[in-house]
This record gives sequence, structure tokens and C-alpha cells, in this order.
Amino acid sequence: MNLHRLQQRAAIIQAVRFFFIGRSYLEVETPIRLPALIPEAHILPLPSASWFLQTSPELCMKRLLAAGVPRLFQICKCFRGSERGHRHLPEFTMLEWYRLDGQYQDLMMETQEFLGDLAARFKGERGYDQEIISLLGQPDWQRLTVQEAFALHAPISVDRALADDCFDEILVEHVEPHLGRDRPCFLHDYPTALGSLAKTSSTNPAVAERFELYIGGVELANGFSELTDPVEQQGRFDREADLARAQGILFGDVPEKFLADLARIEAACGIALGVDRLVMLLTGAQAIDEVVSFSPETL
Amino acid sequence: MYTSSDLRKGLKIEIDGEPYIITNFEFSKPGKGQSLYRCRLKNMVTGNAFDKTYRSSEKFKKAPLDERKMQFLYNQGDEYHFMDTKSFEQYVILEENLQDVIPFMVDNMEVDVLVFHDNPIGVTLPNFVNLTVTKSDPWVKGDTSGTDTKPVTVETGFELQVPPFVEEGSKIQIDTRTGTYITRVKE
Repeated sequence: MNLHRLQQRAAIIQAVRFFFIGRSYLEVETPIRLPALIPEAHILPLPSASWFLQTSPELCMKRLLAAGVPRLFQICKCFRGSERGHRHLPEFTMLEWYRLDGQYQDLMMETQEFLGDLAARFKGERGYDQEIISLLGQPDWQRLTVQEAFALHAPISVDRALADDCFDEILVEHVEPHLGRDRPCFLHDYPTALGSLAKTSSTNPAVAERFELYIGGVELANGFSELTDPVEQQGRFDREADLARAQGILFGDVPEKFLADLARIEAACGIALGVDRLVMLLTGAQAIDEVVSFSPETL
Repeated sequence: MYTSSDLRKGLKIEIDGEPYIITNFEFSKPGKGQSLYRCRLKNMVTGNAFDKTYRSSEKFKKAPLDERKMQFLYNQGDEYHFMDTKSFEQYVILEENLQDVIPFMVDNMEVDVLVFHDNPIGVTLPNFVNLTVTKSDPWVKGDTSGTDTKPVTVETGFELQVPPFVEEGSKIQIDTRTGTYITRVKE
């Protein structure tokens, strides 16, 4: 437990709220225990009685969009089994925000404005990483498509990596370390197979309108134009579900009510950002353990 | 057996029949991607290192290593003979694998030997050993060179810097990790 870091964490979370409330986002709380989750091949949900702890608040937040809330945000706990490292905890804090007006480009711009606003707030303050803060304050953030990033940094193309089943390895070993070094970088337009809930690009059917934000080689946020076609979503769920089941991952039944609500959304975009990592970045903490009150090993 | 989630810095595993130690470890999980366990592995026999990324489904054999107390007996050319002080079994280790310890090792010294599948692969000395100074130039009073140390040679042939008052025939304590003088030892 590091009291100074906890005070910084509290100040950062206050500033986050201030930004979104100022932009007419409604702060919501949705249930963290759910009967059915989004099937995801590489996320291990933790069971809670016969239900599950959420791996992200995405389902309920999109149902609120469907119910007519035009802009909403939430800061909440999420749970993902077997994830532990100096930037991972099985229980972590997520910030998600969604809006009915806009697509992923708008969201990239808003993310830049949000983090630029935070950076301005802590500029010059002792105990905050001023190098990162000046990085966030840069006016021109980089935008690289996944294809461009692989061409720049990887030994093989995206298509080759996908065909050889080594996309994640190449991304982690060769691409990620270079991203967001001189200025924050949005890596965008992911192969459609890697954006289960993202809308397929209107200009290139091979990619989804999804982006990840990298700052100093660290992945901070994942956003996309939401896929709102329930039939296509159901098909993608089925594919993910097969992959997940093949690995013995349990996630409950297909979230039917979510699919039904999806039909009521015309267009939307949303983003998830790791709050613990945001605090790490702004305070210069080297391990996620430094920015939470207790890590699992200390309980 | 270990699985990927057991991997961490310092863990010793067996790969292709050889012992490796993880000298660097990072858990990675690109957004929506799979868990990746990135390791830098060092071969504990050859010292060769390489990077390898594992997925969560991998399994690893624990490297069968144990540390035994042995006594250094003698060397014959580049073969160094040791005896297990419990089983009295004798082992030979080649000079090329003892580069770091030879400068501080004298006959009958008790050392820790790392054994892999009954093959000794490394020797760890006590942190401090006492060795006799076999060659030392006498300190000339009034030496104005301004240095406060002088070079001496100890019984193993190792050379180091010591304070001027250390004379030939005296015993000194040396830190085997750094090769530096600690103190003079009274017999």
C-alpha cells in the first residue's frame, strides 16, 4: 500500500469524472455479476455462483444506449482469470464510455482531448511523470493502420502473420515496443477476425473499425464503431464461442437480451480504458501493484 | 510439471534435456489477443541465452537440479576433482566451466556444486575466502606516489589491490563475488 499513489489515483479519477460530466456523459453503474457474458476466445471469466463476474461492462452499457441514453460512462471493476503481470491484475478498474453520435474516428479525437485535458491538469505537479504528460500534450497524435504498423516494424505482413497463427506474437515482440514513443499512437483498422464487436469498415471489408491506443509502448485503451447488426453479431458470437469452448472457457449462454437490444441502436461507438494503467502512466509507476490498494498476493 | 502461468523470473526449467533459468519475464496480452509469456532463457551449462514467447497452453519440465556440498580435492591439467562430502562420490569439472571460481579456490575448500542429472554444472564459492599472500613488494616508507593500495599475489595466483601494510605470508579475506580485499586475518 502506497498512500501517495492512492492520493494520486483518487485525484486522477476525480479528473476523469470531471471531464466526462463536463461533456454531458451520464455516469452509470451496471451489475458486475451477470448470467451470460460476451463469448471471447482469450478472456477467462470468473464464475460467481451460477453466474459470472463481468469481464467488461460492455453488455449492459450498450443496452443502456439501446434504451436511449445518448452518452454514458462508467468506472468499474472487471475480472479476468489468469491475468497477472506487472501491467495486469485479475481484478482491475476499467473506464468505459459510449455515445450514439459518432464513429471510431470521433472517439480517437475525443480520447486525445480527454487525455490532453488530464495531462494539462497534472502538468508541473510534483510526483507526476512530466515526460508522459508532455507526450500526452502533443497536438498531433499518430494514426497507423495495423497493416502500416506491420509493414514498418514487423518481419512479415499482417496477412502472413494471420495465416501462420502468430499475429499476437509478432504484434507483441516486434510492433508494440515501437508504438507511442515520440507521441501517442492509435493503431487502427484491425483484421475483422480480431474485432468481434466492432463494425466492419465501410471502405475495406477486410478490416474492422477498431483502434487501440499506445503510449510509450503500453496499450491503454481499445475502442470501436459498434457493430449494431444483431444477425452479424450473433454469427460472430457463435464463432468466438466455439473458440472459447474449445479451450474449456465457460461464459454462460448467448446473451439474447443484448442481441435483441442491439437492433434498436442505429449507430454508436465506445471505448474501454484501463484506469490502473492510466494511473501508472501519469505517476510513472513501474508496476500495477504500486497503484492499487492491495494486489491479490497481499490479501 | 509447470504450465505457462507458473513462469516467472528465476524459475528453472528443462528444455531439450538442458537446464535453463528464466532471467527476464514479462506477461503480455495484446488487446483481445491471447496471453503471452515472454521469457529470456539462459542455458545453465553453456550460458547461451535466447528469447522465447510461450502461449498459455504450454507445459514445462522442472529442471532436476540440486545443490550439493563438495570438497575441492586437486586439479590435473584442466580437470578439477571434487568429492561429495555426503556420498564421498568424486566428480570432475572442466576448467572452462570454473573460470569465475578458480582464482579463489584452494585444495580442500568446501564449495556448493549445482548438479543436473548427476552432472555437476556449476560451482558456487562461499562469499568470503581466506587466502595467503605469496608475493608482495615491501612498502617503501615515504612513498610519495600518492596511492593508498599496492598489488599483491595470493596462493591461487590471483592478483589484487590491498592496503600497503599487508605483507608476504599474511592471510587476507577476499570477497569472491567482486574479487576485492576485505581485511587481514589473524591466525
